[in-house]
Amino acid sequence: MVLFENVSLRYGDGPAILQHVTFTLAPGSFHFIVGASGAGKSSLLRMMYLAQRPSGGRINLFGQDIDERLKRRDRPLLRRRVGVVFQDFRLLAHLSALDNVALPLRVAGVPESKIRDHVTELLRWVGLAEHIDALPATLSGGQQQRVAIARAVITRPSLLLADEPTGNLDDAIALRLMYLFAELNKVGTTIVIATHSERLVQQFTHRQLRIEQGTVRLIPQRSEAA
Amino acid sequence: MRLFFRSDLPLAGDASGRFLPWIIGCMVYLAALALAAALAADNLAARWHADLAGRFTVEVPPAPASSDKDAKLRGITDLLAKTEGVTAVRLIGAADKASLLRPWLGGGDLPEDIVLPDLIVVQSATAIDMAKLSKELTAFDAAIRIDDHGRWHGDLLAFSNSMKILAFIVLSLVALAAISTVIFVTRTGLAIHRRVIEIVHLVGAQDSYIARQFLFHALRLGLAGGAAGAALAAGTWIALQHWLGTGGSGLLPSLSLSTGDWIAVAAVPVALSIVGMFTAQVTVLILLGREP
Repeated sequence: MVLFENVSLRYGDGPAILQHVTFTLAPGSFHFIVGASGAGKSSLLRMMYLAQRPSGGRINLFGQDIDERLKRRDRPLLRRRVGVVFQDFRLLAHLSALDNVALPLRVAGVPESKIRDHVTELLRWVGLAEHIDALPATLSGGQQQRVAIARAVITRPSLLLADEPTGNLDDAIALRLMYLFAELNKVGTTIVIATHSERLVQQFTHRQLRIEQGTVRLIPQRSEAA
Repeated sequence: MRLFFRSDLPLAGDASGRFLPWIIGCMVYLAALALAAALAADNLAARWHADLAGRFTVEVPPAPASSDKDAKLRGITDLLAKTEGVTAVRLIGAADKASLLRPWLGGGDLPEDIVLPDLIVVQSATAIDMAKLSKELTAFDAAIRIDDHGRWHGDLLAFSNSMKILAFIVLSLVALAAISTVIFVTRTGLAIHRRVIEIVHLVGAQDSYIARQFLFHALRLGLAGGAAGAALAAGTWIALQHWLGTGGSGLLPSLSLSTGDWIAVAAVPVALSIVGMFTAQVTVLILLGREP
């Protein structure tokens, strides 16, 4: 599903953010990416959703090497298989909650007749039935985050990446969200969640990719370790 | 056509796009008037050419008072009528002469002291040997002149062609200006909405999806400005026609346009909008394609 082989990353002439990163994420797996703020969690995710090219090494996504040989028109096809919950949500301010969530379907060419009901159902499921036509600016941080999550999962992606998805949520909603991710994982979606919250990670037994001083160390599932 | 009505990019609010309809409107106004002028000139030339086709005029200089003017004119008209190919011969009478001179001299009878040549209009069905005819006419008066309107035709054709070239230059410049403006507006739009475009890319949009949004945006602005410019140009032209028909003197020609001509003029904003639309699309595809 995701293969990183000796991947390194630096921005310009700056110091290496990540170096010699090697790991494999199997289909249907669930991983946390953990590390201190600024450790490189978001950078690692950015490479996974093709927003950042590595400085060196090899990345393979869905069996496809992500390098200069990958044609520009093929990149969107890979991205459509990846759902992303951004740390800053990245909702489009001029679009309603419904249109934000519908965006991945529209760019994929899904007929308009099939979009509204599907999106409405999902928004209802994340507790935003009353805010379907609301603009992001009129929603609270938690509500915006739920819109962002709905947008990430609307296409039933093979790989779901979430960058600090519970950062703006109270504990109850955060837990509910984690159960949503677990449900998606049960139906085969590969989940990767970047978080700095050790407390959140400790509540679950999933594998961890721990970033320390630019290197990534795989910590096995607690049951596996035992 | 769904995207024609709904855009994922907030292009409608762009300050850079707000002036595009005004510019397109002004350019369409100029282009439509230039095209209308060229078409009217062409119509005029065709009309005059048709009027004068197969026709020539024999100009008989004023005769001395002592001579028998009527006998001479009768002799000339008889000769002309017998010439092979000639189908009609008509001597222009005093009333017709006055009518011809009215635009220059005004209405009423001609002054007594104006000495005018006699004019004989000849209609022919086939080509006439003008050299031979001219030689035969000199037997009546060495100063008789035949005007086959060749010079007039040449001047008319040159004028019509000049108008066409001028219209082509104006249309080309207008198209060039429209393309440049659309490129500028599109580049600015891409820069302003870089963040939104990045998100749309990240959720799986192809460059062509984004380009399509700019395409429809440019089409919408182009049609809005173009329709206003064309309507204004049509109003100007109709006012000009009205003025020439009523206020202008008989010296000025009519600037009538056929239905086909009006359709051609109406096609200017549409054509310019289509040019702008594809310019926007190509610009987006080129600029996004350059990104890593």
